[in-house]
Amino acid sequence: MSADSDLNIDYLANLARLALTDAEKQKFSRQLGDILHYVEKLKQVDVTGVEPMAHASPVFNVWQEDAARPGLPVDEALRNAPAQRQHMVVVPKVVE
Amino acid sequence: MADDLTCLAAVQLAEMLGTGKLSSVELLQACLARKQAVDGRVKAFNSCDGAGALALARAADERRAAGQARGPLDGIPIGFKDVIAVKGQPLTCSSRMLANFVSPYDATVTEKLTAAGAIPFGRLNMDEFAMGSSTENSAFHPTANPWDLSRVPGGSSGGSAAAVAAGEMPVALGSDTGGSIRQPAALCGVVGLKPTYGLVSRYGLAAYASSLDQIGPFARTVEDAALVLGAIAGHDPRDSTSFKAEVPDYRAELGRRQGPWRLGVPKEFFGEGLDPEVAAAVRAAIEYYRKAGCEIREVSLPLAAEYAVAVYYLIATAEASSNLARYDGVRYGHRSAKARDAVDLYFHSRAEGFGDEVKRRIILGTHVLSSGYYDAYYLRAQKVRTLIRNEFAAVLKDCDGLLSPTSPTAAFKLGEKSSDPLAMYLTDIYTISVNLAGLPGISVPCGFTGAGLPIGLQIIGRPFDEANLLAIARHYEQAHDWLNRHPSL
Amino acid sequence: MNYEAVIGLEVHVQLRTVSKMFTRVAAGYGQPENTLVDPVVLALPGALPVMNKEALDKIIKAGLILGCEIAAVCKWDRKNYFYPDSPKNYQISQYDQPICVGGAVEIELPGAARNIMGEHKKIPLTRIHLEEDVGKLNHGASDSLVDYNRAGTPLMEIVTEPALASADEAYALLTSLRLALVQGGVSDCDMEKGQMRCDANISIRPVGETKLGTKVELKNLNSISFVRDGIAHEIRRQIAVKEAGGTIVQETRDFDGQTGTSQSLRSKEMAHDYRYFPDPDLMPVKVDEAWKASIRATIPEHHFDRQRRYQQDYQLPYTQTSVLVPDFPLCAFFEEAAKLSGKPQAGANFIVNNLAAEIAAAGIELHQSKVRPAHIAGLVKLVEGGVISSNIAKEVFVTMFQTGDLPDAIVERQGLKQSTDSGELEKWVADAIAADPKAAAGFKAGNEKALNAIKGAVMKASKGKANPKLVDEIVRKQLA
Ligand SMILES: [Mg+2]
Ligand SMILES: [Zn+2]
Repeated sequence: MSADSDLNIDYLANLARLALTDAEKQKFSRQLGDILHYVEKLKQVDVTGVEPMAHASPVFNVWQEDAARPGLPVDEALRNAPAQRQHMVVVPKVVE
Repeated sequence: MADDLTCLAAVQLAEMLGTGKLSSVELLQACLARKQAVDGRVKAFNSCDGAGALALARAADERRAAGQARGPLDGIPIGFKDVIAVKGQPLTCSSRMLANFVSPYDATVTEKLTAAGAIPFGRLNMDEFAMGSSTENSAFHPTANPWDLSRVPGGSSGGSAAAVAAGEMPVALGSDTGGSIRQPAALCGVVGLKPTYGLVSRYGLAAYASSLDQIGPFARTVEDAALVLGAIAGHDPRDSTSFKAEVPDYRAELGRRQGPWRLGVPKEFFGEGLDPEVAAAVRAAIEYYRKAGCEIREVSLPLAAEYAVAVYYLIATAEASSNLARYDGVRYGHRSAKARDAVDLYFHSRAEGFGDEVKRRIILGTHVLSSGYYDAYYLRAQKVRTLIRNEFAAVLKDCDGLLSPTSPTAAFKLGEKSSDPLAMYLTDIYTISVNLAGLPGISVPCGFTGAGLPIGLQIIGRPFDEANLLAIARHYEQAHDWLNRHPSL
Repeated sequence: MNYEAVIGLEVHVQLRTVSKMFTRVAAGYGQPENTLVDPVVLALPGALPVMNKEALDKIIKAGLILGCEIAAVCKWDRKNYFYPDSPKNYQISQYDQPICVGGAVEIELPGAARNIMGEHKKIPLTRIHLEEDVGKLNHGASDSLVDYNRAGTPLMEIVTEPALASADEAYALLTSLRLALVQGGVSDCDMEKGQMRCDANISIRPVGETKLGTKVELKNLNSISFVRDGIAHEIRRQIAVKEAGGTIVQETRDFDGQTGTSQSLRSKEMAHDYRYFPDPDLMPVKVDEAWKASIRATIPEHHFDRQRRYQQDYQLPYTQTSVLVPDFPLCAFFEEAAKLSGKPQAGANFIVNNLAAEIAAAGIELHQSKVRPAHIAGLVKLVEGGVISSNIAKEVFVTMFQTGDLPDAIVERQGLKQSTDSGELEKWVADAIAADPKAAAGFKAGNEKALNAIKGAVMKASKGKANPKLVDEIVRKQLA
C-alpha cells in the first residue's frame, strides 16, 4: 500500500470538482494523511485467494420487465432547478 | 413528565387512540407543544410542517371514527431523519447543498408508513449527508443531547435520537451506515435498530455508502421498534439490493420468543479505549442474560475488531465520492454565483455547498479509487470485508446473538472531537463491523454513568433474524426500568 | 513513401426498448423536453437503478447475431466523470466484465463494378457492453440548455479491433452491422435520431511497418457516409502531415460532414481518471445456456447467408440479390411469390425490375403496393404457361400495379391471351406474305433473315397476341 505522502490533493480536488483554498488543502492533506496512515494496517491481512465483497449478499439477475410507467411531470421535474428556460435546465456555457 | 403523553410508547398511544381515550389531533398537538417547549434547546428539528401533520392527524381521527383505522400506527407521529424523501417536504441532508431542495417523490418507507396511517412529523437534524458521529457536521446547527445539553447526541442520526429521547415524538426513522442509528440511540438512552442489509428498502434514502446504508427505527421501547420495523420492512422492486425475505409480525414474535438463547461476547470488543463505566454496565447486562438461563460464551472477532474501521473508511468514502457526484448545482441544489462556465459551476457549487467532513470523505474516496491506488486500497478493503463477514458468520453459527457495548464512551462534549476526524471515527468501533457484515444490530439502554449519561448495549443478530434480535433485547428491557427515567428538560 | 491506414470503430447503438435501462419511465425520441424523466433519470437524492430485462435480452441477441461469446457472469461498474448531460456524474457501464466478448462483423467490400459482387471478409470485434445514454445539451451563445429525455436510454457500445484498412471498409462494416441489428429487432439504428453513433480511431503507418502509429479519434460521424468521408479525410490529412515532415499528435478531432473538414477538439482540460468500481446499487447478471438458447431461437437468417442461399438455391444473379437482400420486406415478398409460383427466378425478375421500379416511381412503401406475391406468382404462371408473351406481361404488370386486379382477370378482360387459333394465324400470315413478296422471295432464295420481316408483320397485325412458335411454323409451311 502506498504512503500517505502520495495523496495528491490538487489532483484529487480536480477529479472531485472541489475548489479548495490553500488552507483547506493543507488541513485536508494532514487529516487525510493521518487516516491513510491508520488504514496502512490493512497491509497486515493476508487476502490471497479472497473474493472482494461488493454487495452485502450475493444475489444475481435482479431486474424488472420492460414496461413504461409514468414519470415526473416536467414542472415537478424542474421544480428544484436553479435555472430553467423552455422546460430545460440552464447551465453556463459548456466549454469542450 | 412521567404521565405526560409525550413519554408514552407508540403502542400505548395506539391503544388509547383505539379506545378513544385520545385523538390523533390531541397527540400531535402534545408533540407540537413538547417541541415548542424543548426544541429551542435540543435543536433536533431542521423543519416541521405542523399544519400538514395536523391535517393528517384529523384524517386519521376521521378514519377511526368511520371504523376504518389502518392499524396501530394510524395517527401516530413519526419523525424523519432529513435524509429520507417525503413528497412535498424539504430533503436537506443537513447540507447547504440541499438547503432549498423539496422532494418531488416519496421514499418507499414513506409510502409504507403513510399507507399505515403514520404521520410524517418533522425533518430531523443529522451530520451532513450522514457523515459523522455527533451531528456537529450539520450545516445548520448542532443538536444537543437531551440528558446534558453541553454534550452531543451522537450521530449521524442525532436529531432522531434526541427528538425521541426528548419526547418530541414517540418514534422516528434514522439511517445507519457505520453506527448512525445505534450510537446516537446509546448516547441518548433510546432504542435504535439497524436492520439486516436488504430488509428495508433504500429507495428514497439519499445515499452515503450504498453497500452499507440501512434505514431503521428509533423508539423508546423494543416493542415500538418492532412495530415500526414491521411497517417498513419488505422487498421493494425499486431497490435492486432489497432482499426477498419473509416479514414476520415482529411484535407478535416478541411474545413467542422467550429464550433461553446462546449469546456470544466478542472479547475484542472490551479492549482498551472502552470506558470503565460503560464496560461495567454492559457486563452487568451480560450477567442478567446468564442469570436468565442464557448460555454465555466468549467469542473472538479479531479481524472485525482490528480492521473494521479501516475497511469502512475506504469502502464508505469510495462509494460516497461517487454517490455525491450528483450534487453539482445543475438540476437542483446549491448553484454558485461565481460560475463562469459549466466546469467552474461544479468547482464552486460543490465547494460552497459541502462542509468539511463531506469534502474530506469525497477526497479520500476519490483517492482510494484513483488509478494506481484502487487495488491497494479499495480492492483490498473489499477482500478484508469478505473476511470480516465470514468471521461473523462462523461465530453466529452457534450463537443466537452477540453482546457488546454500542459505543466505547457515553456522550462526549460538543466540540470535543470535532477537530480530530480519526478520533471521531473510532467512536464507531463496535458498530461499523456490523454494517460491513450486513447484519442486524440493536442498541438498548443498559444504564447510566455516574454523571447521569445513558449507556447502550449492542446486540448483534443473524441476518434477517430481527425477530430473535428484538426478543433478546425485549427480554432485558422488561427486567429493567431504565425507560422510566427521562431527561429533565 | 506508401502508407496504410489502421482503423478501429466504437459504435454506440440504442437498444429498442419501451422503458429506460435502469428505470421504467418511457424511452423515446422527439418528445417534449424533459417529459421522459423521473427521480432515477434526474439522479434525485435517494433514487436507485433497476435493470431492464428486455435490454439484456436485446444485447444478448446482438451478441449471438455477431458470434460473440456471452459471458456467464457480468457486472455493472460506475464510470465517474462530470459532464452536464450526465445527471449522476457517473455513467453505469461495464468495465472489466462486458456481457459480450469477441465476435465479428461480416462485410462486403465494393466490387469491381456495381453488378459484380465484392470481396467478403470478417472484421473481428473486441467486445460489446451495455451502458446508459446521456442527456442532450443544446448549446446557445451564452449558455446551454439540458434536456434529459435521452438520459438513461439503453445503449450498447460495440468496439471493433483495429482491423479496418480503409474508409470503404468502415462504411461496409456499419452498413452490414445496421442490417444485422435492424433485422434482429435489436435497434432501429436510425443515425438521424442518434440511435447509432460512431467514433473512429485512425492511425497510419508505412506499408510493411508492424507497430501502430499515433491514433487520432474522430468524433461526431453522424451518418454512414460521413463516417466514410471523415475517415478518408483523416487518412489524407495524416499522410499530408507525414509527407510535410510533421508528426501526428494524439487528439480528438471533430468532423464536419457538410464542409468535409475536421478540427481538433480542445480535449477537456481535466485528466481522465474514471475511477471505475462495481456499482453497489446493482446486482451482477448470470446468463445460463437456457437463456441463451431461448434468444438464439429468435435470431433471423443473416443477410449474407440469405444472399448466398438465393445465389446457390435459386441461381439469382448478384444484380438481383444485391437489391433484395438489404430489403427484408422485399425478401419476404420474394420468397412468398417464389413459393406460390415455384419459379423463383422469373418472380425475382418481376420484383427487382418491374415492382421495384413502379414502387419507386409511385413513391410508396412495399406494404402499400396493391401487387402482392400472389399477383407475381400468377403473372409468372401466365408467361411460363405460354398464355401471354413477356411483352404483354409488362403491360399486365402495369395494370396490376394500378388496379390490384389479379393477372388472369386482366388478361381475360383485355383479351390479351396469345392466339393459337390456326385459322386466324393462317390468314395473318397469308396477308403478310402477300404484303411483302420481296421478303418471301428472299426466303425462298435461302435467306433465313427474310422470315423476320414477315413474322414481325404478323405480330404487328395480331397486336402481339400471335404465338411466335406457331407463326414460324405456318410461315415456313405457306412458303414451302
Ligand atoms: Mg452531470
Ligand atoms: Zn460508451
